Amino acid sequence: MEKAMSRSHKEGGVLGLFDDPVRLLEAVRKLRSRGLTEFEVFSPYAVEGIEKAQGLKRSLIPFVTLVFASLGCTLGFYFQYWTSVIDWPLNVGGKPYNSWPAFVPVMFELTVLAGGLATFGALLLFARLPNTSRSALDPSITRDRFAILVSGMNPEDASNLLTTIGAREVRAIVPRGWF
Amino acid sequence: MAEILITGGKSAADLDADVARPVERFPTRIWWVCFLAALAAFGLGALLATDMFQRGLGVLGLNITNGWGVFIVNFVFWVGIGHAGTLISAILYLFRQRWRTGINRTAEAMTIFAVMTALLFPVIHTGRPWYAIFWLIPYPNERSLWVNFRSPLIWDVFAVGTYFTISLVFWFTGLIPDLASLRDRAKHPVRKAVYTVLSLGWRGSSRNWLHYETAYLILAGLSTPLVLSVHSVVSFDFAVSSVPGWHTTIFPPYFVAGAIFSGFAMVVTLLVITREVFGLKDYITLDHLEKMNKILLATGMMVGYAYACEFFIAWYSGNPIERFALTNRAFGPYAWAYWIMVACNVAVPQIFWFKRARRNLALMFLVSLLVNIGMWFERFVIVVTSLHRDFLPSSWRYYVPTFYDWGITLGSFGWFFIWFLLFVRFLPVIAMSEVKAVIAEENGEGHVAVA
Repeated sequence: MEKAMSRSHKEGGVLGLFDDPVRLLEAVRKLRSRGLTEFEVFSPYAVEGIEKAQGLKRSLIPFVTLVFASLGCTLGFYFQYWTSVIDWPLNVGGKPYNSWPAFVPVMFELTVLAGGLATFGALLLFARLPNTSRSALDPSITRDRFAILVSGMNPEDASNLLTTIGAREVRAIVPRGWF
Repeated sequence: MAEILITGGKSAADLDADVARPVERFPTRIWWVCFLAALAAFGLGALLATDMFQRGLGVLGLNITNGWGVFIVNFVFWVGIGHAGTLISAILYLFRQRWRTGINRTAEAMTIFAVMTALLFPVIHTGRPWYAIFWLIPYPNERSLWVNFRSPLIWDVFAVGTYFTISLVFWFTGLIPDLASLRDRAKHPVRKAVYTVLSLGWRGSSRNWLHYETAYLILAGLSTPLVLSVHSVVSFDFAVSSVPGWHTTIFPPYFVAGAIFSGFAMVVTLLVITREVFGLKDYITLDHLEKMNKILLATGMMVGYAYACEFFIAWYSGNPIERFALTNRAFGPYAWAYWIMVACNVAVPQIFWFKRARRNLALMFLVSLLVNIGMWFERFVIVVTSLHRDFLPSSWRYYVPTFYDWGITLGSFGWFFIWFLLFVRFLPVIAMSEVKAVIAEENGEGHVAVA
């Protein structure tokens, strides 16, 4: 509850809408050069270079994938080894119990399966999805417009700031949720 | 980046309107006609399959020499169809082929539905599908005996299962931003609620895009080896056995090339119809189709090379049984099937050497249908001609599929098209967020971003 409160509170602020990605990037750079950090950027598609302009760190998803893919591979081998050698050793066509080359296809598939599912899971976790109680800040953001949400600032100052850095339209966003 | 991928001077807002149109209105009559036809075909298949479960597999054309028949042909056929979707969505993504953005959504959807169709066959082929789950997954039986992990049939369960799961996750990940677009456009409360749930509450924040792009790239990277591995593993079902005509080292690459060939043919078939019916000609352009026709030509020749190579090895190995199997294939009782295969897969695509042919809609539609027929017969030739004359001439039989075989095959097409038609009705058929980036780039808005 505590966390939900603080997050929904943070969501209030002033939203500035931009018409094209070039203006958006310039605006983000200007905000950063003024030392502002409490803002969120929204776009209908991934704008190239925005993470640098905003100073975002690399996503940690590749490490999650690596860990789970390795686990899938090792556990895949261990499970086949355990069933074929330890739990019930069975002589199939005179092959050794631990006929590891025959275990490779299943190991490979489990590597990909675990890696892929973990990637998706990590995406949901890091992007804080699913969260269907949040509504879109503006319906045009998923269509063709770009937006910056400035929070933690006096609304009037934020409006003026967004207009000076080139926002076409500025609106106040009232925080919703638990009060 | 001189090539124009989107014609007609469309903007991002036009794109949303065009793609969302079929989703936001009552389906057209042509959609209903297709849907009812698909439903009828599936109904017939389901009825025949139910009757087959009650009476046993004897109603099929299978006999003691031909233990595998049309069902296995259909399995390999449908798994193969799926490969084009993954190739387009994953491999072309990694190679930064931006023309893929117009077609990848449809192709991926086709992959998923094709694999769902393929999975029906090994399960109903067991005759007792309610037990099949225990035979297929590693679950110890009542005497605590495990499945045999040295068997390609078990590899197949893992390969196709993983393929389906990862394709679904990859497809859904791609859909999330587009579902959010549909949600934000929706006026009807039910539609709004459904797309709100499906889009998981996506809002397009740059932090989310950063994770999203990373995850998408990794999923593309993970799917890429799957394109090559799934049909390789399917080919092991044949190649690991010791049946002449199956026991061949060329099978994995041969199957993968054939899978991509047949899959692209199916994508062409579906896209020619979809762009026509839904008015998406500015997004799925003739240039897209021409590129796919080039791939058809290339993979068609790879398949032709594999056919030739099989004969060369049969002769070069000096193995009389192998030689007999291949001679029997081309000149035996099933010569008709063999030559249908060669004509459709090797001869017909040669027309695509001509640019005018590659850009002719009617012609490419006809060629794509013929290629699909040819590829179905390729699997028929591999399965049936290798089995029908085994080592013991007294057991040689001629395999003839029955009404049940054909009816259930027809039903599988019905099942595939039910899903495909629901897809074009309820989900965006074009990867909107990706195409928007392409539109921005074509308007010269993308390059400044790098500076």
